[in-house]
Amino acid sequence: MDKKKKRSITRGVILVVLLAAIVYTVYTSATNDKVKVLQVGDKAPEFELVDLYESGLKHRLSDYEGKGIFLNFWGTWCEPCKKEMPAMSNQYAIYKDQGVEVLAINIAQTDFEVKKFIESLGVHFPVAIDGTKGVMTAYNVDLLPATILINPEGEVEKIITGEMNETQIASYMESIKPEQE
Amino acid sequence: MDKIICVCGHENPAGTKLCGKCGRPLTEEAKQSKIVDMKYDGAAIRSKTRNKSIVDKIWNFFSSVKVGIALIIINLIAASIGTIFPQEFYISVSTEEEKAIYYEKTYGSLGKLYYELGLSDIYSSWWFQVLVGMLAISIIVASIDRGIPLHRSLKNQRVKRHESFMKRQRVISEGPITEGDSAKTLSLVEEKLKKLKYKVRREGNALLAERGRFARYGPYINHVGLIIFLTAVMLRLVPGFYVDESMWVREGEMRAVPGMEGYFIENEEFILELHDNEATENQELQGVNVVAKNYQTNVKLYKQAEDAIPGKADNLELVKEYSIKVNHPLQHEGYSFYQMDFRLNEIKTMNFELTNKATGESLGAVSVDLTNPQDEYVIDDQTKVELLGYYPDFSGFENGEPQTATPTPNNPAFIFKMTTPENPEGEVSFVAIQQTIEPNGDNEYKMAFNSVETRNMSGLTVHKDSSIPWLALGGAIFMIGVAIGSYWNHRRLWVEQLEDGTIRLAAHTNKNWFGMKKDLDAVTEYAHLPKYIDQSDDEKDDEDEEKEKEGDSTL
Repeated sequence: MDKKKKRSITRGVILVVLLAAIVYTVYTSATNDKVKVLQVGDKAPEFELVDLYESGLKHRLSDYEGKGIFLNFWGTWCEPCKKEMPAMSNQYAIYKDQGVEVLAINIAQTDFEVKKFIESLGVHFPVAIDGTKGVMTAYNVDLLPATILINPEGEVEKIITGEMNETQIASYMESIKPEQE
Repeated sequence: MDKIICVCGHENPAGTKLCGKCGRPLTEEAKQSKIVDMKYDGAAIRSKTRNKSIVDKIWNFFSSVKVGIALIIINLIAASIGTIFPQEFYISVSTEEEKAIYYEKTYGSLGKLYYELGLSDIYSSWWFQVLVGMLAISIIVASIDRGIPLHRSLKNQRVKRHESFMKRQRVISEGPITEGDSAKTLSLVEEKLKKLKYKVRREGNALLAERGRFARYGPYINHVGLIIFLTAVMLRLVPGFYVDESMWVREGEMRAVPGMEGYFIENEEFILELHDNEATENQELQGVNVVAKNYQTNVKLYKQAEDAIPGKADNLELVKEYSIKVNHPLQHEGYSFYQMDFRLNEIKTMNFELTNKATGESLGAVSVDLTNPQDEYVIDDQTKVELLGYYPDFSGFENGEPQTATPTPNNPAFIFKMTTPENPEGEVSFVAIQQTIEPNGDNEYKMAFNSVETRNMSGLTVHKDSSIPWLALGGAIFMIGVAIGSYWNHRRLWVEQLEDGTIRLAAHTNKNWFGMKKDLDAVTEYAHLPKYIDQSDDEKDDEDEEKEKEGDSTL
C-alpha cells in the first residue's frame, strides 16, 4: 500500500513539474518579448543624468529616496509630450513642496534643441538628456511620452504611456506623495 | 490491484507477463503463445499496474504509445502548416495592419485567412507550445513508465529460467550433446561465448550469456537528448538567456547596448565598398548595377565600471576595438554584434555663407554641427549669426511655429538671426531646404547654403543565444541514442544442463537474429551442442523475413 501511495505521489510530482514548465513557457512567451520588462512593483533601476542647465548637478535616483519621483520621457518631435508639459509644470509647482520630484528625460537630442524647446514652452521642472539612451533602455521605454511613477520606497508605482491631462497628472503625483509625518 | 504470485513463489506486480524470477508465463495469453513477447522482458509496464486515481489516469494517458504517436503526428501537421506561407517574423513590415494587408495582398484571401487564424505566427501561439509541451510530457512519462521496469528486470536477471520460459523463446535447442564429455559442455560454452565478448554468469547447471545490454537503453538515451533539446528551446524565454535586439548607431555616436547591461558601443566609421567593374551580363539580367565588396563598421565596445548605472556615460573602459564585417561579428561574452542594415549620408553638418543678397559678397562662413548646434556663431565684432531654432525634420508650421516630425535630420530647418554691420538689430530668416521665409520683410543678407557634411549609420543587432550549447548537447545525445539503439543489439543465451546431461538452450535478441544465429552456430560447433531450431520458421516464413530486415525496434 505504501509503495503504491509513494508511486502516486512521484507521478503526481512529475506531472505537476512538467505542467508547470508548459504553463511557464506559454505565459512568458505570451506576455513578454525577450528581454526583461520593467513591471509595476519592481525596484526602479538606478540612473544618473546630468542636469540640462547646471553641468555640476547630477540627478541620481538614489538621491531622491523618500520622495515620489515622476519620470517623464519625451522628445521635441513628440506632439503629446509637448501638450502635457505645461500641466506637468503647474502640478510640479504644487507638489514640489510635498515631496514629489519631476524629472523630464529627453531622448538623445541636442542641448540646443532641448533648451530652445523648454524655453519656448516656459515650463519649470528639472530636465536631463539621456544621450546614450541608457536610461530609456533600462526603463524599457519605446513609445513617447512615457511616464514612470516611482514611490518613496523606490518601487515602480505605475507606468503610463501616452498623453496625460492635468487632472491625471495631479492624481498621479498625489499617488506617489510621501506620507507627511 | 492484486499481485501475481508465480508457481516459484515470486511475487510479481499485476500486469506482469513473465515471472520476474523464473520467467514462467503468467498471463493466459503468454501461456498459450508459442513464443513469448519479450518486450520490456515481460515486466509489467507501470501504467498497466494501477489505474485508479486521476493522477494515474493522466499518467496512463501520456504513457500510451498511441497517444504519443498521435501527438507526434499533430505536432508535425501543425509545424508544417506554419511553412505554407512565410511567418510574420520574416516579413519586413512592422504594424499589425500592415501585416494583415501584406498577407491579403501577397497571398490573396487564403493569405488573409491564414493571418486571421493566427497561423502566420504559429510557433509562438499558445496552443502550439502546449502541443509541444504535451509531446514532451508524453516522451518523459512513457520513458519512465517503460524504462524503469525494463532496467530493473535487466538488472535482476536470474541465470536459471523455467522450462516454460525457455521453450517459448524463438530460438531453442534441446537434446544430448553430439560428441565429447558432457561434463565439460558448460565450460566450453562459457569459453566460446567469452571469446565472442559475451558476459557469462553461471549458477549450478545453468548459464546465462549476455552481450550488448546497453543497446536496450538506446531509445531512452535518445529521449533524454530530445528532452534536453526541448528544454533548451524553452529556456530561451528566460530573461537573459536569449537576446535579439537591434539598434541604430550613427558614426561618432555612442549608444547603450540594449539587452547587454553596462555596455556601450561607439560607431567610429561605416564603410561601404563597391566593385567598380563594368556590369556583367548576369548583373544586367538581374538589373543590378553595382555589387558590394565590403560592408564594415568600425566600432569600439565600452564597459562601465562595476558600480556604474544607466545614464552615466563616464568612467568607461574600452573593452574591444573591432571591425564588424559580413560573417565577422564582434563577439564578447556570448554576445555577437552583426550588421543588419545601414543608411548612408545623413546630414551631420551644414555649411552656410552669410551673404549679401545684392552684391553676393560673403561676410564669413557659418558651419552648424547638427549634433551640437550653438546659440550663436560669431564671425567678428559686428557680425554674428544667432540660431533661434533648429528643427531636424521640419514638417510644417503650426500656429506659426515650425514643427519637427522626428529627431532625425531628414529635412533640417533653422531660424537664424543675422547681425551685420549694416543691420545691428539683426534680420530674422527661416531657412529650410529649398525654402526661405523672411518674416520681417525683405532682408539684406541671407544664409546661403554652401555644402553639407554627412555621416553614415549602421543598423546593428545584438544577439546572444545561450541555448545553443544545450541544443547541440541535446542533439548529440539524441544521435548517440539512435546509434546505440540501431547498431548494437542485446543478445542473450540461456543454457541449462539437465540431470541426464542433455542440454536445453534458448536464445533471444532484440534485433538482428542473423548475428545471433552466427554466434549460436559458433557455440554449437565448439561445444558440440544439439542443433537449434528457430520456432518462428515454422510459422509464416515470408512475414518473418520481413521482420528480420526491420528488426525489433521496440523500446
